[in-house]
Amino acid sequence: MATHPYEVEALIGKEYAAGFYTDLEADTLPPGLDEEVIRHISSKKNEPEWLCEWRLSAYRHWLTQKEPRWATVVHPPIDYQGISYYSAPKTKKDGPKSLDEVDPKLLETYEKLGIPLHERAILAGVAVDAVFDSVSVATTFKERLAEAGVIFCSFSEAVRNHPDLVRRYLGSVVPAGDNFFAALNSAVFTDGSFCYVPKGVRCPMELSTYFRINAANTGQFERTLIIADEGSHVSYLEGCTAPMRDENQLHAAVVELVALDNARIKYSTVQNWYPGDENGKGGIYNFVTKRGECRGHNSKISWTQIETGSAITWKYPSCVLRGDNSSGEFYSVALTNHYQQADTGTKMVHLGRNTRSTIISKGISAGRGRNAYRGLVRIAKSAANARNYTQCDSLLMSDRCAAHTFPYIEVKNPSARVEHEATTSKISEDQLFYCRQRGIAAEDAINMIVNGFCKEVFKELPMEFAVEAQKLLSVSLAGAVG
Amino acid sequence: MAAAERAGMTGTMASHYAEEFARAEGGLVGADSGWFKAARRRALTHFGRIGFPTPKEEEWKYTSVAPIESRSFRLAGHPRNGLDVAELDRLRLIEAHELVFVNGYYSAQLSRLASLPAAVSVAPLSEALPDSLQEHMERQAEQPGNGFAALNAALLSDGVHIRVGSGVTLKTTLHLLFISTAPDGPTASFPRVFIEAGANSRVLIIEHYAGLTPEEYFTDALTEINVGPGATVEHYKWQMEGARGYHIGQMLVHQQRESRVTSYSVSLGAALARDDIAVSLAGEGAGASLNGLYMAKGRQHVDHHTSIDHQQPHTTSAEYYKGVLAGHARGVFDGKVVVREGAQKADAELTNKNLLLSEHAEMDTKPELQIYADDVKCSHGATVGQLDEDALFYLRSRGIEYSQATALLTYAFADDVVARIAIEPMRHAIERHLTAYLPRAALDMELL
Repeated sequence: MATHPYEVEALIGKEYAAGFYTDLEADTLPPGLDEEVIRHISSKKNEPEWLCEWRLSAYRHWLTQKEPRWATVVHPPIDYQGISYYSAPKTKKDGPKSLDEVDPKLLETYEKLGIPLHERAILAGVAVDAVFDSVSVATTFKERLAEAGVIFCSFSEAVRNHPDLVRRYLGSVVPAGDNFFAALNSAVFTDGSFCYVPKGVRCPMELSTYFRINAANTGQFERTLIIADEGSHVSYLEGCTAPMRDENQLHAAVVELVALDNARIKYSTVQNWYPGDENGKGGIYNFVTKRGECRGHNSKISWTQIETGSAITWKYPSCVLRGDNSSGEFYSVALTNHYQQADTGTKMVHLGRNTRSTIISKGISAGRGRNAYRGLVRIAKSAANARNYTQCDSLLMSDRCAAHTFPYIEVKNPSARVEHEATTSKISEDQLFYCRQRGIAAEDAINMIVNGFCKEVFKELPMEFAVEAQKLLSVSLAGAVG
Repeated sequence: MAAAERAGMTGTMASHYAEEFARAEGGLVGADSGWFKAARRRALTHFGRIGFPTPKEEEWKYTSVAPIESRSFRLAGHPRNGLDVAELDRLRLIEAHELVFVNGYYSAQLSRLASLPAAVSVAPLSEALPDSLQEHMERQAEQPGNGFAALNAALLSDGVHIRVGSGVTLKTTLHLLFISTAPDGPTASFPRVFIEAGANSRVLIIEHYAGLTPEEYFTDALTEINVGPGATVEHYKWQMEGARGYHIGQMLVHQQRESRVTSYSVSLGAALARDDIAVSLAGEGAGASLNGLYMAKGRQHVDHHTSIDHQQPHTTSAEYYKGVLAGHARGVFDGKVVVREGAQKADAELTNKNLLLSEHAEMDTKPELQIYADDVKCSHGATVGQLDEDALFYLRSRGIEYSQATALLTYAFADDVVARIAIEPMRHAIERHLTAYLPRAALDMELL
């Protein structure tokens, strides 16, 4: 393919737009992890005894586990004792009660990111539970949500105010010892988001949380728990950016979703953690466990993710389809450029009758990026008339990148219908030529084709995110084709 | 199984086969060849080290070889005991060069080898052991993957070496018939096939495994095919092991520039069958086409692992595997396609379709792509399901009863692969098997 050096120079080298660092005095534990640290985290957060015990048992389980090695990613060994497991921004004694009380420096950070908490929230009707490092500092639109009966708060708040709900559902989808990173998270998670939508309630607005990693050497261990009670609907948006820095930072979050009878949960993510520089130096390790359980009949969980950031992405948002007639969806765009590595996909575990699942995965590899789709579709013996359709396509944009597909299909029920399709190709010369001869610049043509390639996924995103995602993609890819 | 217990088991198995080795070494092929003996010894040591694979290994995730591991198979002492020659005759093909192996040992008496063109040599290893095999033997002796190749190298009782000279077309089919009769209780045989196709040569080979016994036995086969530039090899593997037979087969294909390989793997027999096919497209423009059909019922377990490695530009591969599973049968398919860096313009296509006919049948499939080049065209697809309801309805609306309609559609599903088989007698035999396999009322042949 013809090269466009001027574009490559200008655009590949585009700096990470969200790369800045806010200097905040942080209340930080020294690096290291043992039972004392966990007790410390627990007591700092005034947690009840059972939660402390739960953390400790997760920790003990973690000690017996090994870091998974099966993913097609390579990274230097992680020193888990070199991480500080607790860091909280200094706040006034009882925490801020309104935006005025929030540390102005924090607000400035969000301004730079283009998230004017107050304005945008009102204009877009979005309640933002902003997580800065590990402790929630500002929550908006509580009242409107409260009117509807929706509980949407930080995890620590939920532990304080709704201990029964937390105790009932915490770890019920992702058990404390589920895997190495989930166990680590269960032991040391500092905060996150909690959402409960009561029976028959349609959540009046899109819920969203912005995560940011800030203080140096602080792994982020977020915990998200969303429960949609019978007949309720909720759409949750999650977006991530992180400041630029050279040291690899570990991010091991756990997200649990529970959908009861006739409930619907839509979970959308735009992930744009710092991917490292063009030489593969630095960047975030994003090792996330996300799982939803369609516990009730006719329930539905839908995952949509746009993964453009992180040096390494290791994440498999999954659905356990337990209830009869329940359905799961997974829509994903994963982009790797420079030295980025992504091993991502989903698991659809069909247990109930007439359960359906759809998987649409689009992988884009550029530079020396490695992109793998790894998925499991399991039809259990009990899942009569289950149906799955999987499509994973890869787009290759350089001769040094890699694209892999590892789908596992396990069928134990003859009435199931499972289809899997995958293709790998590059942008065809013909398509490019067609666009260019109509006067469209090569760069625009490529953006257009790539956006077309991802369209099936983008259309699943809520509006605000769809725009952001398209922008993100063209920035991340700019000049990558040469 | 606890690790220590496992290690113990591997240990006893290794020592069991070491004893077999010590007992039989003098009578095995190549006993008077120094390098051959050395390679055997090394293989035995290697097997002692790695043992049998376990389901913890990714490649053996869905297939447990515990039944093979827990039995003490012996090398047949008197291979031809209890052989029913009439039954053997039914397996013969007309107009073919036939090499017959009974329980792993070559039988000159039963074989029919008419005169061959000058540049073609076909000989059992017990008659000729060319030094050119040394490198192959040594490589397979310490193959890292799993213990079966090493075990074969250590204990191979006999095998065949086929060499087709440059530019020669061998018109007559080569039929390699491996018969198991389990003459003295559970026996094991370790056949080995070497095929060398010279530049621009052409050859057609059938590897045929058949069990003429209701007893338990174990076949651990290894085939290597080297395909020279521009050569064409058609290879058929016809696996009809006995109902209590265990079959582990491995085929390694190495292709040079512009060569063509067409492989058919038909797996119908055995209690447990595992086939590994690894194709290296090592020369520019090389192409491989792999076709397969497996049909299992009862408690059969059938597993196919294929791997196609596109190492050079302009290489092509097409893979088409179909499976039908009934009763409590379990099928496994793993098709891997790798396109290496620099192998531009590679074209790979893989399809695996499966039909589950009963509520206890199970299918695990994993088509896999690993791409390191950008200018490629790769796709794969896999399906697991039932017969098409519309097609069933169509037939029933025309007065064909349900069982007949099901049988007819199942037949059509499988025949899709069978119809591609060019060797008529083999195709007919498999079609007969297909008819007998079909559930409930046998298919009314008039409908076909």
